[in-house]
Amino acid sequence: MSDPIIVCRCEDVTLQEVREWISRGYTSLEDLRRILRLGMGPCQGRTCIPIVQRELARMTGKSIDEIGSPTGRPPAVGVELGAFTSD
Amino acid sequence: MVSGELSKGLPKTADVVIVGSGVQGASIAYNLAKMGVRDVLVLDAGDLLTGSTGRCAAGIRAQWGGELNCKLAKASLDIFETLSDELGMDIGLHQGGYLIVAYLDSEFQQLKRNVQLQNSLGINSVILSHDEVKERFPALDISNAVGFTYHHRDGHADPFLTTLAYIEGAKRLGVNFYFRTKVTGIEARGDRVEGVQTSKGYISTKVVVNAAGPWARDIAQMVGLSIPVEPEAHEIVVTEPVPRILDPMVISFSGNFYMQQRPNGSFIMGMGPEPYAHPKDQYSLTWKFPYIMAQKVTKLLPALREVRLLRHWAGYYAVTPDRHPILGESRYVKGFYMSVGFSGHGFMLAPITGKLIAEMIIGKKPSIDVSSLRPERFEEGKLVFEPMVV
Ligand SMILES: Cc1cc2nc3c(=O)[nH]c(=O)nc-3n(C[C@H](O)[C@H](O)[C@H](O)COP(=O)(O)OP(=O)(O)OC[C@H]3O[C@@H](n4cnc5c(N)ncnc54)[C@H](O)[C@@H]3O)c2cc1C
Ligand code: FES
Repeated sequence: MSDPIIVCRCEDVTLQEVREWISRGYTSLEDLRRILRLGMGPCQGRTCIPIVQRELARMTGKSIDEIGSPTGRPPAVGVELGAFTSD
Repeated sequence: MVSGELSKGLPKTADVVIVGSGVQGASIAYNLAKMGVRDVLVLDAGDLLTGSTGRCAAGIRAQWGGELNCKLAKASLDIFETLSDELGMDIGLHQGGYLIVAYLDSEFQQLKRNVQLQNSLGINSVILSHDEVKERFPALDISNAVGFTYHHRDGHADPFLTTLAYIEGAKRLGVNFYFRTKVTGIEARGDRVEGVQTSKGYISTKVVVNAAGPWARDIAQMVGLSIPVEPEAHEIVVTEPVPRILDPMVISFSGNFYMQQRPNGSFIMGMGPEPYAHPKDQYSLTWKFPYIMAQKVTKLLPALREVRLLRHWAGYYAVTPDRHPILGESRYVKGFYMSVGFSGHGFMLAPITGKLIAEMIIGKKPSIDVSSLRPERFEEGKLVFEPMVV
């Protein structure tokens, strides 16, 4: 067996896993995010989402535009919890 | 090219149509198929896991204060423990226990009575002293707490993996799932369900199950039933992953918080909506929430001060007046079943409630008597009491 190709380093997801779930019929980016936790890691998908968008486009014949991008993140994100407690 | 479910047309008939593919709908579908019902259809207006299930903290506890909740939660826990094997897929179960913290004397008295009840029902929860908590969970600062109870089999599972495992398990037994398919009406003739109108066509069926989570009221309305299930938005945050410092889920009713470290190292935490005044029926986020949350958890777990927030979102509890679910067939509309109104604990109960609803549908006596949770209890004024909900 060939070595797994990691697409999401933060959440340790391989290309093989992505392909497996796409071929089970889970063909939207949101589905894959929910199933595999893609884009949920510290980089919030900067690395993995573009790769998965391309793979989805290739396997489903949709365009990157049709596949879309994940929803944005709210402002408080990225801040240390301690920063909310100093008065 | 992949043939997704979109390319298949919707069937014209089904034995059972389940509205909603969250953990409830998925568990009911799997249990029905396992009991031999072949022609089961699950419809969902959204994508996979876009309802409450995909937004929840997925905590599982058997530490309840009412007898029925204890029985249901224990039965569910028993199923959770073998579910990965049964469904052939990892569900991310982690049994690090639940530590319940009391900050008030009266609250601790109640917790102690609960432990007696739990023990009498086979739930081996214990009361812990300050010293015991310090020794077992040294990262916690518990100086202002009054007392603690703990149950080692409590914990959490991954809500995505658990639901997917049910969905994939059900599919293997022949159940069909249709996403992006909205139920727009339910036909009844006399007092019987006849069929379901959807955005993709009509399906005739004698049995419809309402598993629509926070939208359950709208589905009941389609057969003329008015049920008291209100959506109530709760916010929740998750941090970046850090090395493991906390095993149990820590919750407090008077402290109004819950917090747990996930297997990947990130902390997930939330509280009831009063302090941040969240609008009940919106997914919007309030700026106050991270402030109040941070005050609470950095006091309890000082090591969290240096940990960054990663995501912040909101989801709905589906709340009933007595904070117990509505389980069973409507007395007025035959063939219309409900598994709704879980009031913030529908993830942990799904393994058992899915089984109970399936038993009712095939005409078997439910393995736990849940007749007190019948849909009509509100109009009868027979509410069920539970002292242990946030
Ligand atoms: C922040 C938060 C934390 C929580 N923490 C916990 C916890 O620690 N432990 C616990 O046990 N529970 C917890 N819960 C509660 C738990 O999430 C819910 O009780 C549970 O997920 C309910 O599952 P469900 O399948 O009934 O609903 P949902 O997952 O909401 O599924 C309902 C589905 O119905 C579909 N639907 C609605 N209307 C229609 C229609 N007209 N046609 C077709 N489909 C439709 C929706 O698209 C949705 O997918 C929490 C909830 C929140 C919000
Ligand atoms: S690489 Fe996927 S979230 Fe960072």
